[in-house]
Amino acid sequence: MAGQYTCPICSQASCQRKRTKTRTISVSLFILRLLSLCGLFSSRTMIRLFKVKEKQRELAENASGGAPVKKQSAGELRLHKDISELNLPKSCNIQFPNGKDDLMNFEVSIRPDEGYYASGTFLFSFQVSPIYPHEAPKVKCKTKVYHPNIDLEGNVCLNILREDWKPVLNINTIIYGLYHLFTEPNYEDPLNHDAAAVLRDNPKMFESNVRRAMAGGYVGQTYFPRSM
Amino acid sequence: MADTSSQPSRSRDLDKLLLRPGNLVGATFEPGPELRDALQEDFVKVLVVGAGGLGCELLKDLALSGFRNLEVIDMDRIEVTNLNRQFLFRLEDVGKPKAEVAAKRVKERISGVNIVPHFCRIEDKDISFYSDFSIIALGLDSIEARSYINGVACSFLEYDSNDNPIEETIKPMVDGGTEGFKGHARVILPGVTPCFECTIWLFPPQVKFPLCTLAETPRTAAHCIEYAHLIKWNEVHGGVAFDPDDPKHMKWVYDEAVKRAELFGIPGVTYSLTQGVVKNIIPAIASTNAIISSACALETLKIVTGCSKTLSNYLTYNGAEGLHTKVTEFERDKDCLVCGPGVLIELDTSVTLKKFMDILEEHPKLQLSRASVTHRGKNLYMQAPPILEEMTRSNLSLPLLDLMDKVPKDVLHVNGTTVKKDEKVTCLRKLRVVFKGVDGVADMDTAGGA
Ligand SMILES: [Zn+2]
Repeated sequence: MAGQYTCPICSQASCQRKRTKTRTISVSLFILRLLSLCGLFSSRTMIRLFKVKEKQRELAENASGGAPVKKQSAGELRLHKDISELNLPKSCNIQFPNGKDDLMNFEVSIRPDEGYYASGTFLFSFQVSPIYPHEAPKVKCKTKVYHPNIDLEGNVCLNILREDWKPVLNINTIIYGLYHLFTEPNYEDPLNHDAAAVLRDNPKMFESNVRRAMAGGYVGQTYFPRSM
Repeated sequence: MADTSSQPSRSRDLDKLLLRPGNLVGATFEPGPELRDALQEDFVKVLVVGAGGLGCELLKDLALSGFRNLEVIDMDRIEVTNLNRQFLFRLEDVGKPKAEVAAKRVKERISGVNIVPHFCRIEDKDISFYSDFSIIALGLDSIEARSYINGVACSFLEYDSNDNPIEETIKPMVDGGTEGFKGHARVILPGVTPCFECTIWLFPPQVKFPLCTLAETPRTAAHCIEYAHLIKWNEVHGGVAFDPDDPKHMKWVYDEAVKRAELFGIPGVTYSLTQGVVKNIIPAIASTNAIISSACALETLKIVTGCSKTLSNYLTYNGAEGLHTKVTEFERDKDCLVCGPGVLIELDTSVTLKKFMDILEEHPKLQLSRASVTHRGKNLYMQAPPILEEMTRSNLSLPLLDLMDKVPKDVLHVNGTTVKKDEKVTCLRKLRVVFKGVDGVADMDTAGGA
C-alpha cells in the first residue's frame, strides 16, 4: 500500500484526477492523532499576530473608513481572457447588454450563411458562473426556432454545454458549436421530437417547415415569429 | 484563576494541550494559562460560514474548545429533512433561519460563549466584515460559496517586494466538506498553502445529463428529476426562475418527476432525491460531518494557539468501507490569479494606459503584447471583440492612476500573448501595480519589510 498512488479524493488507485503537484503521506494512525503529525507555518504564534492586527485595523479604520471594493472572481478573470481572445466568423456577433464591465451575461446572434437556416438570425443568451470554467456557461436560444436540437423553450442540446464540457474549452468553442447546430441539425439528439422525426423521414418537408417558421408562420400547431 | 490541577475544570482537556510543552508543538509555542485566557479575548474571533450539517458541529466544537467569540453566517431556513443530522434544530424550528437557531442553541448549552448570527447571503456582507475575523471556518456544500470566501480571504493578502507573503495579511481558512461517507478537511493559509483556486481541479466536475436524454430516453430517477427541473419547469412557468431554496418550487419539481417516472416505469423518485439532484448534493451523514468538523475545529485551535503544527495541508477521510484516511501536501500554484504574488510593477503617476501596455511589452518578466487590462471588474481595455475594443479605446490616452480610481497600490489583471520557447502563447497574469511617490505607498512598504 505504502508508496502506491491513491487518489486523495476517492481513494482509488485507478482514478484519473490530476496527479502532479502533490506529495502524499500515507498513515494509518487513529485520525485525531494523525492530524497533529504534519506541520508547517509556525514562525510566529498566530494569537499574537491577531492582537497586532486588531490594533492595525483600529488605526486603519480611523484613518480611512475602509471603502469596500468589488473583487473579481476567478471565473470572471478567465472569462475576460476568453472574451478578449474571441475570434468569431462574420456570421456571429456578440453583444453586452449590461455594458463593457459585465462580461458574465452576454448575447450572441448567429446568422448562418449556408444550410437549412441560411439568412435567419438566432439570438442566444449566455450566463457565466463565477466558477467558470469549472462549470459550463448556461446558454439559451432566445429566438423561437423550429430545430431538432433546440426546444420551444430555448433549451439547446449541445454536448459541450453539458456532458462533454471541459475547462479547456472556451466561449469561442461554444459559439462555433452553436453555429454548427444550424449547418448540421441532427435528428439523433432530439429536443424537438417532431422536428427531428421530420428531418429524419422527410428532409424536403423539413426544409419547407424551417422556411415557413423563419418567415413567420405556423408549423403544425406552433406559431414561430419571423426570424430572418 | 482557580488551580486547575486540583480542581476538575471545564477546560481540563484543553489545558492538556495549552499548559504543557510537547514535541509536536509549533516553533514558538509558549504553554501557559495566558494562552487559554487569550482564546477568550475580543481579538480572537472566528467566523463559521454555513450553519448546516458541518456548521452546527463546528459551532459546538469551537465553543467547547474554548473559543468565546464566534459569528455564524447562513442564508438558509431550517427544513424538516435537516433534522436527522443538524442536531441543534428541533421540529418547532422548521422555517426559522439556521444561523439564528444554531447560535441560540449553542449559547444555551455552553455558558460564556458569544455567538452572533447573520441570516444573509455571504455576498451581502462587504469585505470589511470578513477582515474582522482571525480565522474563517468553512462548513459549506457548494464550490461557488467556497470560491467566493476564498477570493475574499485572499484579497487581504499582501506581498513584500521579494514576493514573500506579509504575515499580518494572511487570513487563515479551515475548510471542511463531506459527501456521504467521504469528507475532507484542509488548512488554507493564503500565500503559504494552496488556496481553493490553486486546487479547484480536486472537485470532480458535476455530472450533467445530455438534455436530449432527459427529453427522449430517461432511464433513471435522476433523469426524471432533471427533466422536471430543467425542461418542464420552463415550459410551464415561462419567465419565473426556478429557486432551489423555495420549498414550493422543489415540491412542484418533485411532483412532475413522479409523473414522469410513472410514465416510463422508473422507480426511485423521492423528495430528498429530488433535492439532492437539483442542488447537486449527495445525502449527508451525521458521523462524517462530526469527524470532519472535529478535525476543522482542532486545526482552528492549532492555528490560533500554536499548540501543535497544523495539518499540512489536505486531509481526506473515507468511511465507506472500513476507514481510510490520509494527508496530502498539495503545492501552491505559483501563478494562481487569486493567491499568487503576481508581478510587481512600479509606475510613474503620469503613465497612461497606452504607455502602461508598452511597458508590459518591454518588461523582461512579462514580454506581454496585445494586452487586455482589467481592474476590479472594470475592463480598462479589451483587444477583442470589436464592440468592446471600441468601448474601451478612449481609455488608452488616460492616466492609469485615474482609471484605477487613484488607488496608488493595487492588483490588475492582464492577458495577451507572450513568447515561450519561440512559440507565441496566450497568457493571463496578475500584476501588483505601485505608483511611485504617492502618499501611503511608502508606509505600506515599511510594514511589509517589518
Ligand atoms: Zn491560489
